[in-house]
Amino acid sequence: MSFGKLTATTIGALAISASAGIARDQVQIAGSSTVLPYASIVAEAFGENFSFPTPVVESGGSSAGLKRFCEGVGENTIDIANASRAMRATEIEVCAASGVTEIIEVRIGYDGIVFASDIDGNSFAFTPADWYKALAAEVVVDGKAVANPYTKWNEVNPDLPAQEIQAFVPGTKHGTREVFEEKVILAGCEESGAFEILLQAKGDEDAAEEACMGLRTDGRSVDIDGDYTETLARIEANRNGIGVFGLSFYENNTDKLQVATMSDVTPSTETIASGEYPVSRPLYFYIKKAHIGVIPGLKEFAEFFVLDDIAGPYGPLADYGLVTDPDLADTQAIVADEVVMQSPM
Amino acid sequence: MSMGDTPRKGSLLEPDARTRRRNAAEARFHLYGLVAVCLGILALIVLLSSILSNGLSSFRQAYVTLEVSLPEDRLDKSGVRDPEVLAKVSTFGYAPLIRDAVGAEMERLGIQIEGLNEKDAGGIISNNAPARLRDHVLANSDLIGGTVTMTFLANGRIDGYFKGRVTMESAERDKNVSPEQLQLADALKEAGTLTRPFNWAFITAGDASENRAEASGLGVAILGSLYMMIVVLVLALPIGVAASIYLEEFAPKNRITDLIEVNISNLAAVPSIVFGILGLAIFINFAGLPQSAPIVGGLVLTLMTLPTIIISTRASLKAVPPSIRDAALGVGASKMQAVLHHVLPLAAPGILTGTIIGLAQALGETAPLLLIGMVAFVAEYPAAPPEGFFDPASALPVQIYNWTQRADPAFVERASGAIIVLLVFLVSMNALAIFLRRKFERRW
Repeated sequence: MSFGKLTATTIGALAISASAGIARDQVQIAGSSTVLPYASIVAEAFGENFSFPTPVVESGGSSAGLKRFCEGVGENTIDIANASRAMRATEIEVCAASGVTEIIEVRIGYDGIVFASDIDGNSFAFTPADWYKALAAEVVVDGKAVANPYTKWNEVNPDLPAQEIQAFVPGTKHGTREVFEEKVILAGCEESGAFEILLQAKGDEDAAEEACMGLRTDGRSVDIDGDYTETLARIEANRNGIGVFGLSFYENNTDKLQVATMSDVTPSTETIASGEYPVSRPLYFYIKKAHIGVIPGLKEFAEFFVLDDIAGPYGPLADYGLVTDPDLADTQAIVADEVVMQSPM
Repeated sequence: MSMGDTPRKGSLLEPDARTRRRNAAEARFHLYGLVAVCLGILALIVLLSSILSNGLSSFRQAYVTLEVSLPEDRLDKSGVRDPEVLAKVSTFGYAPLIRDAVGAEMERLGIQIEGLNEKDAGGIISNNAPARLRDHVLANSDLIGGTVTMTFLANGRIDGYFKGRVTMESAERDKNVSPEQLQLADALKEAGTLTRPFNWAFITAGDASENRAEASGLGVAILGSLYMMIVVLVLALPIGVAASIYLEEFAPKNRITDLIEVNISNLAAVPSIVFGILGLAIFINFAGLPQSAPIVGGLVLTLMTLPTIIISTRASLKAVPPSIRDAALGVGASKMQAVLHHVLPLAAPGILTGTIIGLAQALGETAPLLLIGMVAFVAEYPAAPPEGFFDPASALPVQIYNWTQRADPAFVERASGAIIVLLVFLVSMNALAIFLRRKFERRW
């Protein structure tokens, strides 16, 4: 009778699931959505060229990835966390508390953050101060902090076109937001002299920084919590919009977007590598040393990732938009020797 | 106001003011309904036409057939054809062979394009070509020293050119493709070297990374979804049916069964992400099941589908008239016999319909899979069951979600294509449910 058969199958399936703990034979990676495309390109090439299975790469953001990384040691935890920022001291503590003490930090290169608008629209040459004045909730006018009165870019800086201010910036859950606030808005705040005035008004540095980085909420600065594809769609719908993108995303959509210069430097892998273009950040991945030798292919994958053929200036990652790390040889040595991060204490 | 207040005067054939008002209200009421239906249909048309216009093109793909020479000095200097030595030549070693093959093909056809260097000419072939060539050579090492004719994917931008996504003007501004490359593609198409057949690889191939959008397919996602549906069917159907039979036929009506009933209805309305959190805590962290595996996905979706199946099964058990049970019991059948021989077969069509609709719902679910690691880049097929249940896999809705987030514009088309595939599955499952209901349903 079919009912009996079904019951038997059910019990069988339950028995299989009860005998868990089947050895995992592929590397498991999670973390930053900025690093995801690079990691998946490497994972794919790794699977093709080695007899190890292709690693599985999840996204979800730097913080979420590091949180899962720090859950503990064992086959049902991830081996590698991708991050678009360095690991914080608090995260290292959380890791240590759950037994993840030996972590290898691997810097794979740099990512540029660019400002791009519709290809048929006006061209822009920004300075950080322009962005601060255009987007801050409060700006300094005649020595006093007032609610942001600007509506057009040429009111902020007469050299800019008379176009409505409309910016699409990454939402607070993105690692990109941190870099944007720090290297554009805060830098602009200091550059324009507003920081000094705010510092005197507020009394302490933290409060002044916070006042600098508060963005206006009247709809001219829109937080994008999704991916760059959403930012692009917003710009296509609103031709006045200016979006914040990763360099690699822009390089893949140069037929739709034009990029703005920042302090007269055009973003490119070269200008970012040389440090001329100011808005960039390092990209990392973190390896759990305890998993090396347990999960097959983990060390081979890490070594493959930082090969000159992959992460070097003529490799597929650079083609995709990664800014090559000039110190790649040091990184290769770190991976080869399994040098663990020093605790911040 | 009651009827008595306005005594009726005049002819019945001529409506008075009040009747006219009532008739008008009636007509308006009809209109509201009609407008609601039209709005629904309009939304459906807009949705479908946008998906179809974006996605149908993903079922055709540009391929280039090339004769590739395999020089021994590049692939196997030792000449002994030792598989281990052969495997040392990576895909980077095979890439120049593809480039040379494009050059040879241009020479053979007499194509000359000004301003097109060798590297860019080779760039019209997909980045996945070296890997395919390498696999082929490793499997047939006797080919080394000769030539092999293979059909490779064209680069995504070249494919986009034939689909209208890339134009000569956009190529001017595009960093990843040049108008010269498009001219070469045109010339190759004219010569018949470049063809655009039906894209089976879109349905069978695994996922591909962002520098080769053209090679990505739904194979892993379809397998992953299939495995999960098997787990759901095998677990949810027997558990659901057994629970409903007990609750409907055997359980006493008291506080406890009332409580269970309320909870089942409540569970059916719980947001699906909650089941994902539960799955992470119980199946992965506690039971130690692997991440990204269809078995965990299937278990989570089982929990999500169970209430749906229980509710529909109980409804169809309730719909079997009590006279059937009474008659069976009256001729001396035991309660179990009455249920298994008479009630259950009569309720089967309703149970099946509920199950299929529950499965269709589970098939389209992404949120619970997010937390158990199935929203991931998975390039390799899971093994055959039962081991395959524990291998990493992705799922159809997850693949759509993944593709919509990628930078290369070719993924927009593929995401819509994947939606079409998912819709085909959903529509056929729902059609099967309707068919079964029509065919076997009995009314009293």
